[in-house]
Amino acid sequence: MATTALPGTGLLKGLGVTIKHLFKRPSTLMYPHERSDLAPRTRGVIALMDENCTVCMLCSRECPDWFIYIESHKETVPPAKEGGRARTRNVLDRFAIDFSLCMYCGICVEVCPFDALWWSPEFEYSEYSMDGLLHEMDKLREWADTVPAPPPLEEGALMPAEVADAIAKAEKDRELEAAKQEEAVQAKAAPEEAAGPKQGKAATKDFEVKAGEIDQETFDKLIAEGKSERIARSKAKAAYVKKEKARMRAEAEAAEAAAPAAPAPKPAEIHVEAGQIDQETFDKLIAEGKPERMARAKAKAAYVKKEKARLRAEAEAAEPAAATGSTEATEAATATEPAAVDAPAEAAEPAEPAKKLSDMHVEGTGEIDQEVFDKLIAEGKSERIARSKAKAAWIKKRKQQMLDEEGGA
Amino acid sequence: MSELETKERIQPGSAPGEDVAFEIIGDGDFPTTDMSLSIGPAHPATHGVFRIVLEMDGERVKRATPVIGYMHRGFEKLAEYRDYRQIKALVNRHDWLSGFSNELGVALAVETMLEMEVPDRAQWIRMLMAEWNRILNHLMFIGSYALELGAITPMFYAFRERDDIQALMESATGGRLHFTYNQVGGLKIDLPKGFLQESRRISTQVRERLPDYDDLVLGNEIFHGRTKGVGPLSTDVALSIGVTGPTLHATGVPEDSRVTEPYLKYGEIDVKVPVGENGDAFDRFYCLLRRIDASLDIIDQVHDHIPAGPVNSKLPKMVKAPEGATYVRTENPLGQLGYWLESDGGRTPWRLKMRTPSFSNVQAIPHLMEGALLPDAISILGSVFFVVGDIDR
Amino acid sequence: MNSALVSPANHAVAQSASVMDVGDGFLLPVLLKIAFVLGLFFVVPLVGGYMEHKVMGRMQHRRGPVEAGPFGSLQLVADGIKFIQKEDTIPRAADKWVFAAAPGVALVPAMLIFLVLPFGPGVFAVDLELGLLYALAITSVSVLGVLMGGWASANKFSLFGGLRAGAQLIAYELPLIIVAITVAVQAGTLSLVGIVEAQSTFMLAGTDINLWYVFPQFVGFGIFFVAAMAELSRPPFDMPIGDSELVFGYMTEYSGIKFAMFLLTEYGGMITMSALMVVLYLGGWQLLPGVPLPGCDGAGGLFDCGFLGTVLGVAVTMGKILALVFVMVWARVAYPRLREDQLQRISWLVLVPLSLLNLAVVTVFKVVF
Repeated sequence: MATTALPGTGLLKGLGVTIKHLFKRPSTLMYPHERSDLAPRTRGVIALMDENCTVCMLCSRECPDWFIYIESHKETVPPAKEGGRARTRNVLDRFAIDFSLCMYCGICVEVCPFDALWWSPEFEYSEYSMDGLLHEMDKLREWADTVPAPPPLEEGALMPAEVADAIAKAEKDRELEAAKQEEAVQAKAAPEEAAGPKQGKAATKDFEVKAGEIDQETFDKLIAEGKSERIARSKAKAAYVKKEKARMRAEAEAAEAAAPAAPAPKPAEIHVEAGQIDQETFDKLIAEGKPERMARAKAKAAYVKKEKARLRAEAEAAEPAAATGSTEATEAATATEPAAVDAPAEAAEPAEPAKKLSDMHVEGTGEIDQEVFDKLIAEGKSERIARSKAKAAWIKKRKQQMLDEEGGA
Repeated sequence: MSELETKERIQPGSAPGEDVAFEIIGDGDFPTTDMSLSIGPAHPATHGVFRIVLEMDGERVKRATPVIGYMHRGFEKLAEYRDYRQIKALVNRHDWLSGFSNELGVALAVETMLEMEVPDRAQWIRMLMAEWNRILNHLMFIGSYALELGAITPMFYAFRERDDIQALMESATGGRLHFTYNQVGGLKIDLPKGFLQESRRISTQVRERLPDYDDLVLGNEIFHGRTKGVGPLSTDVALSIGVTGPTLHATGVPEDSRVTEPYLKYGEIDVKVPVGENGDAFDRFYCLLRRIDASLDIIDQVHDHIPAGPVNSKLPKMVKAPEGATYVRTENPLGQLGYWLESDGGRTPWRLKMRTPSFSNVQAIPHLMEGALLPDAISILGSVFFVVGDIDR
Repeated sequence: MNSALVSPANHAVAQSASVMDVGDGFLLPVLLKIAFVLGLFFVVPLVGGYMEHKVMGRMQHRRGPVEAGPFGSLQLVADGIKFIQKEDTIPRAADKWVFAAAPGVALVPAMLIFLVLPFGPGVFAVDLELGLLYALAITSVSVLGVLMGGWASANKFSLFGGLRAGAQLIAYELPLIIVAITVAVQAGTLSLVGIVEAQSTFMLAGTDINLWYVFPQFVGFGIFFVAAMAELSRPPFDMPIGDSELVFGYMTEYSGIKFAMFLLTEYGGMITMSALMVVLYLGGWQLLPGVPLPGCDGAGGLFDCGFLGTVLGVAVTMGKILALVFVMVWARVAYPRLREDQLQRISWLVLVPLSLLNLAVVTVFKVVF
């Protein structure tokens, strides 16, 4: 137990500790002027990607506080093909979250089967009155633009099952295509580019873009539109990252384009500027008495869809060879689940064998890779660390071996 | 204001005649009366809505009666109407300083009933998080106890450390206080990249800064004067009323379920339990501070142990505990937390009984405060570490 | 230069003139002096308070006020404005008149001490012959306001606070006065200006090394410092306020401008006590022991200064005062609060005997040398 030899030394030490801190930099942040970087997983606000919502009501039912309000109506969709059956589907009319009741447990985000709900680290939405905390669909949609990319997982983490499945599937597809023609593989990069709103979350690490800079153009535009600086900044940041990635990708492709094949559809061609709307759809919806906001959103989606169809047709006509890639791109662009998951996984782990390895299962028998072990010990690592790493190395080797055998067979 | 309330207010200089609780002491020309002083429900030293009625003779406490229940929210009943996923979000709110440990208890209880094998990686990460949570909790009490003794600075230092740790935990869990990171069968999601590196860094940093607390608080003569010999709790009394955690360790009993009844992987590593000798306020604080060291040791061991692999197991769409009952106890930062989970096979528990450490620990307060001076009473109140939400539930 | 024994006596008899004694009229000097005292009282405590905020902040690894004014320097002014705007509540059961009068009773004496405190060569309102006695007497009046406030609030916590303040005053006034008397004995005068003057001519026995009284009387200085902190209820002696025990002690029921008055009293007290310490022990406006201010003649360069010397003298005094305030803040940051009985024990068992011993030793030396 702490005993002090001389009476008073404890008092002097106290003075010493405090005076020491007098000359240190304060650890506080000048909050409104400076902001800390919040982790991507931070539960700040719930964002809604309404195009993903199928009105399954799971979130609303699982919410412990029952404050998610969903209204919808059924709509008949004409048959997709001649002679097909007309289907009905739910159309979301209202999706509101009352943040004055929310306890930020994240269950809604957790249970959402279609990835319509996301967490965003934005937290500055306090209001002077409680009803301001009831965020309707449009506001929730705005938050979706601030959703950051999920962080990559720590070493040793196992990929979630669906991601692993998607990777396996993607690889299978790839092999098939590779057998058919090489160019398709090149075009494969496109899905990520055109993944639409999914892109925010599915953004990949293959092209490392330093976040922090903003796209001045977007920023100015948003400010001019009367958006708050904060939102404008975050959107502009996202825009910058997107642009930068597109640029890098384009560069990479250009470098790769030594292959004699006809130019694969450039991401820019597939990527449709989302700003425009399909006037026809818009008018129709307005005529149906829909609120303008919704009509606009739908019209936008319709425009994007049409435009993509057109591009695809063009591409097909121009170069049958590129068709496969382009189709895939469009599929991804419509943000169907597997394709969307496909995108990050594919890019997160560019090394193909590693993905395969994760599928293999090797029982750790306690054997170690002596070589690795010796090397680590020589590097001055503790025996325990060296041993565990050497074990991991052994398992990896073993997997590789099994993989090779399989390939041989 | 009703007439009753007005009467309760004592006019200065007038003898409070109506109030039968007062007895006239002494005789002759200078009789005095006892004074009843209500500490709380809203008082700076109770950090929450906790109330103690003190009967005082001058500054000396004659009798102390804790009055609890101001913050009763019916957790046990609420839990009967929540499925296991929702309970997890519920329980990390009764002791809001140990959110992770609370949800861990529930997860362990359900897993025990399901006889579920939890992946190793998940278990190690749970330990890592639980220990960080413990440090968070202890730092809070180190700051607040010093504040109750009038030293304002340790609070700021403690919060500086807390902020780093909270940011670390936020990067993995998304929450700073209510983590909801556990799930039946493991964890919600694996750690983000760089977490372990950051965890190592913060562990070193906290270790480097801990001597500041020793110098500023533990070694201070005024602090000694305010805590040594104040509110000594004997081992017998402590054991008979079920005091646990650092308050019990201060009496010299190293009972800690991480050691005596290891859960997760605590059996595979070296867990130190610092103990005191006299059970007084100083020892309680000493144990609390040294427990941070002990937790850092555990964290450093866990860093090297985390294996590769999955962090969660396959779950049915709706987790249903099979019919039966189980009791799981874990070492929460403040003491033993027990969950008695009884299920009739449905999607919600039939009964979830909580045995919370704070509730048992405050039982010691009347024993400790008797005969103490008012400032000592505050010193005692702060040194029996409790969270009001954990008392009332 | 006169000998140490003779010079102070001369000055005690011949009262020094203030720079504000201008012209032959009566009104102008009086108005000037009132403005001087009020100005000091409302500005210097704010400087001290700002320093407390900043130093405390930095020591606690934070920034302190930053928004109000440059570097947050107008924070206390902003606080003052806020307090004025706030609702002034009086508890129903309170003794209304006493309750309302208490902050004033506490505030006015804290203001009146500034009358006799010398801040520079000639920079003082009055040089009372019994200046030291006046200063000590009037500081004790402040506690009356505290007691009144505690009693009248009809709140048990307030009552506790008021009584503790009273007990503290009685316990610490004694050592404070004894060590102050010791200084008076050594200086041979009760005039504060005279004491500063005496320090400029006080020589280490047998040499001609000039010394301030802090050197022969470092024990006295320590006792004065501790007692002053206790009398001001500054942490670690803030039992009358004791926010974790007594909510806010005698100030619990106060709000708005009355609360601000109590706060101003506390900050004013910090300044006046520091100023007294500067005058009694730290040589007043002397730069260093034996170093006269530039541009001054007369005894030790203490009087008859030009404009530059006067300004420099005031700056030196203020610097010393703020240095002492810094130490007070430092102690507040570093230490927990004592218990009331520990405080009493320190006073009666340590400080009072020590101060008496100090007095005895100094008196003997004074007579012998």
